[in-house]
Formats: sequence, structure tokens, C-alpha cells
Amino acid sequence: MKLLSVERLQVAYGRIQAVRALDLQVGEGEAVCLIGANGAGKTTTLKAIAGLLPCRGSIHFDGRSLGQQPAHAIARLGLTLVPEGRGIFPRMSVLENLQMGAYVRRDRQAVKSDLEEVFALLPRLAERKTQKAGLFSGGEQQMLALGRALMSRPRLLMLDEPSMGLAPVMVQTVFGIIRQIIQRGVSLLLVEQNAHLALKLCQRGYVLENGAVGLADPADELAANPAVRAAYLGEA
Amino acid sequence: MDILAQQIFNGLVLGSIYAVVALGYTMVYGILELINFAHGEITMMGAMVAISVIGMGLAAGLPALPLILLAMLAAIAVCMCLGLAIERFAYRPLRHAPRLAPLITAIGMSILLQNIAMLIWGKQYIPFPPVFPQGEHRLLGAHVTDVQLIILATTLLLMLALTLLVQRTPLGRAMRAIAQSQPVAQLMGVNVNRVVAATFAIGSALAAVAGVLVAANYGQAHYYMGFLLGLKAFSAAVLGGIGNIAGAMLGGLLLGLIESLGAGYIGPLTHGFLGSNYQDVFAFFVLILVLVFRPSGLLGERVVERA
Repeated sequence: MKLLSVERLQVAYGRIQAVRALDLQVGEGEAVCLIGANGAGKTTTLKAIAGLLPCRGSIHFDGRSLGQQPAHAIARLGLTLVPEGRGIFPRMSVLENLQMGAYVRRDRQAVKSDLEEVFALLPRLAERKTQKAGLFSGGEQQMLALGRALMSRPRLLMLDEPSMGLAPVMVQTVFGIIRQIIQRGVSLLLVEQNAHLALKLCQRGYVLENGAVGLADPADELAANPAVRAAYLGEA
Repeated sequence: MDILAQQIFNGLVLGSIYAVVALGYTMVYGILELINFAHGEITMMGAMVAISVIGMGLAAGLPALPLILLAMLAAIAVCMCLGLAIERFAYRPLRHAPRLAPLITAIGMSILLQNIAMLIWGKQYIPFPPVFPQGEHRLLGAHVTDVQLIILATTLLLMLALTLLVQRTPLGRAMRAIAQSQPVAQLMGVNVNRVVAATFAIGSALAAVAGVLVAANYGQAHYYMGFLLGLKAFSAAVLGGIGNIAGAMLGGLLLGLIESLGAGYIGPLTHGFLGSNYQDVFAFFVLILVLVFRPSGLLGERVVERA
């Protein structure tokens, strides 16, 4: 039984079909990436799974059909999306952002210890606990968004372009953190422009083309595939 | 009698009521970017319900203090239900409609509530029975009534409670999260409909209390009283920066002070040409002036931050 199983997913913006008949799976403890050109439907796919966009097809998470459940109900199941552009709350402090991550949880003691863990994983956040998140750099905001996602104790973490707009050093840092999150046993569905990094981090990858899966292979095979290398890894 | 001290005190009392009503406007606007024009009428309904309950209680021989509490609770309960019903049936279906649609609906709802009140309570001014303590005091040269002191204490308490709610509780955080980004709040598991409903309920409860206090202060209520009160409170919210909780409180108090001082001094300043019935001119003149130089209000956030 796969943790996440998406079949024949279709999403349209008005008359424009952004995703047409897409299938993908993520297993328990697996790290999977979606790569593809701009407009291939990567972000749309994640948003549809998270319940932010109306869609057709079937989505099962942990054996349960997500149907047309609202986004807040899906979030409660442990399926957590860190949206493109990070989506931190700029006028809230770091601490409040992290508390929002644990919004649905009622196990106060565990939330407290998770908060300590997040601060241990991301010491930069601990130093700036009371500062407004809107004042942070892009990389710090991405760290905060990751920390906030961890506060929900996700079973499947969906990350949309975590490297976007970050300085190269910061990209390394952020991917280091994502690697640590995977090592904790969190399953990952990663959308990433930087296919090179994504394929190095994940076990499997899907290449999206025009709203459908073009290729689905283990990450090392995709990284070795001449067509993928030419199109997405910047090699002639 | 010291006119300055008197007008400042009157202004604070008036302003604290504006502030409490303004909170309702600003909370809803902050979350939905909707101006709930029916909010003033909720205030009026609170006053009317309280008067009816007090009338019945007096006839039944209830003592004053429990009667006041009972009337307050009844007003709060009715207004919360009204607020919830208006949100659920008038505004929610239009949540994703063009912005003009809910605005027109809000104005329609305001007129509807006025007419309902007129049908139930009639067109006359209704006296507010003197159940509140009627004592009078001298304070720093000002003439102060018990009702005014009760108003100040109650409104300050409400403002403090609301601030704590918004700043310290999960519900308050969820409200602020929706105000900053509705989709991201949903991703955190926030049920937007439920939080919006809670916002309307809280705002309506505040309006109910304000309505009872206003009616007790002036000793009367009227089906049309919510219109100008609502307009002033809305102006106060805009003055302070609509969407901003602290701004609503500041704007309310300032507007009350300006209005009161204006009413006290407009006669001498214009050599009797304009009387205190022009007090509203002052309030709205200051509002216009502030908005010319600070369109986002005194404590308002620059709108670009939403992008």
C-alpha cells in the first residue's frame, strides 16, 4: 500500500487544462521528486493534492480517499504542503509561525518538545524567535517554513520549489535540512527547478511534460538518461 | 465647571464605545476585506433587546443588578445569533463573488435590520429604564456619572480581553493567519468558515454590549440609532487603519475626543456661528485630513505587504 497514490489527476484553470491524467505514487518513507519545465503542472499537482484546487481523478492518502475534502481537513491527516514562495506569515513572529504549524495538534507536551527539536535543527530560528518573519531573508523564511511544517508532524511533506530565489550557499543549507528531515522518516514529495539537486536527494523521480508524466524512474536512472540530462540538467 | 476636563472625559466615554464597535468592523475587514455595514444595526439590536428584557424584568420585580446582567446576556446572545446568521446566509455565499456584491448585500442587510427593528419596537424613541446606578461625581473638575464610569470600565475590559484573545490564543492566531494568507492558513489546518463565523460572533457580542451601554448613557434607543453610530465607528476603524485591532481602539478614542472637544469649542471658535450640532463636521473633517496624508490610517499597514 502506497502512502500517497494519485490516479488520473486532472486540474483545469477555466478552459486551460494544466494537469491531464497524471498518475504518481509515494511510498512510506520514500523521497520522490517531480521535475519538469515551467508550466508542466508541478505546482498545480501539489496544490490539487493539498486540496487548494478543485480537481478530478482519485487521490488516496494512507488508504483514505481525499475526494473533494477541503484543504484544512487534508492538512489534519498529516499531509503538509510548503507552498511555492514559502507562505510564511510575515506579520507574525517566528514562534507564532511555528505555533501555527501545530495548530491542529492538541498534545501540548509533545508540541513543546517538537518546538525544542525544531530550534535544535534550525538554531538560526531559535536566535530570532520573537522577530517578525517578514523581516527575514528568503533562506531564513524557507527554514521557517520547513520548521513550521515539521511542527505539524507530517507523514508526507510536499515541498514546492524550496530552492527558489535562494543564494547558492543557502540552497545547500536548505537541502541539508531537507535531507535531515527525510532521515527522520518523513516521506517527501519534492517539486524542484533544480533537477540536479532533486535527483541527488530523492530515490525516484517523475518528469512532467504538459500536465502528464513523461518519465517515471529511479532517480539515478533519470540522472543518467541522456534526454533528461539535455532537457533538465543543462547538458548538451 | 472645567469645560476642557469635561469634554475630554465625555470624549473618552464616547470614544471607548466607538472603539468597541470599530473592533467589529476591523476584525471582519481584516479577515474578509468586507465592510459589514450591518454592524451598526447589530449594536442597535443589542440596545433594543436589552430594553425589552429590562422592561419585562422590572414588571416581574427583578432587582437591578441581576437584571442588568440578564439584559446584557440576552443582548449578546441575540446579537451573536444575528451576526452568525448574517454571515452564514448573506455573506458566505458571496465569499468569492466580485467585491461589490457583498458590499451591496451588507447595505441591504443594514436596511433590513432597521426595518425589522421598526416593526418590532416602533418608530418612537424608547426610554432606557433607569436600572443602572444614577450617581454623579466630580473628577478633576469634570462632572461624571456612574453610567459613564461603567462604560469606561466595561469597554476597557473588553478591549483588553479582545487583545489577549487575538494575540495569545489559537483562535486569535488563526484569525491573524487568515488575514495574512487564507490559503496558507488552510494548509495549517485552519477551518476558515469556522474562524470567520467566530469572528462575526465575537464582533457581534462586542456590538451588543456597546449598544446597551450607549442606550443606557443617553437614556433611550431608536431603530435608526445604529446608522450614525455604525458610520462613526467605521470611520474610527478607518482612521486607525482598517484591519488593525489596535488601530480601531486608537481611532475610536481619538474620534470620540475630537468630536467631544469639537462640540465643546466650535461655538466659541466660530463666535456662535456654528453650534455643537456641527460636532460631526469636526470628526469627519479630521478623518478626511488623516486619510489625505495617511491613506492607510494611523496604524494601518501599507497595502503592498499583502502582495
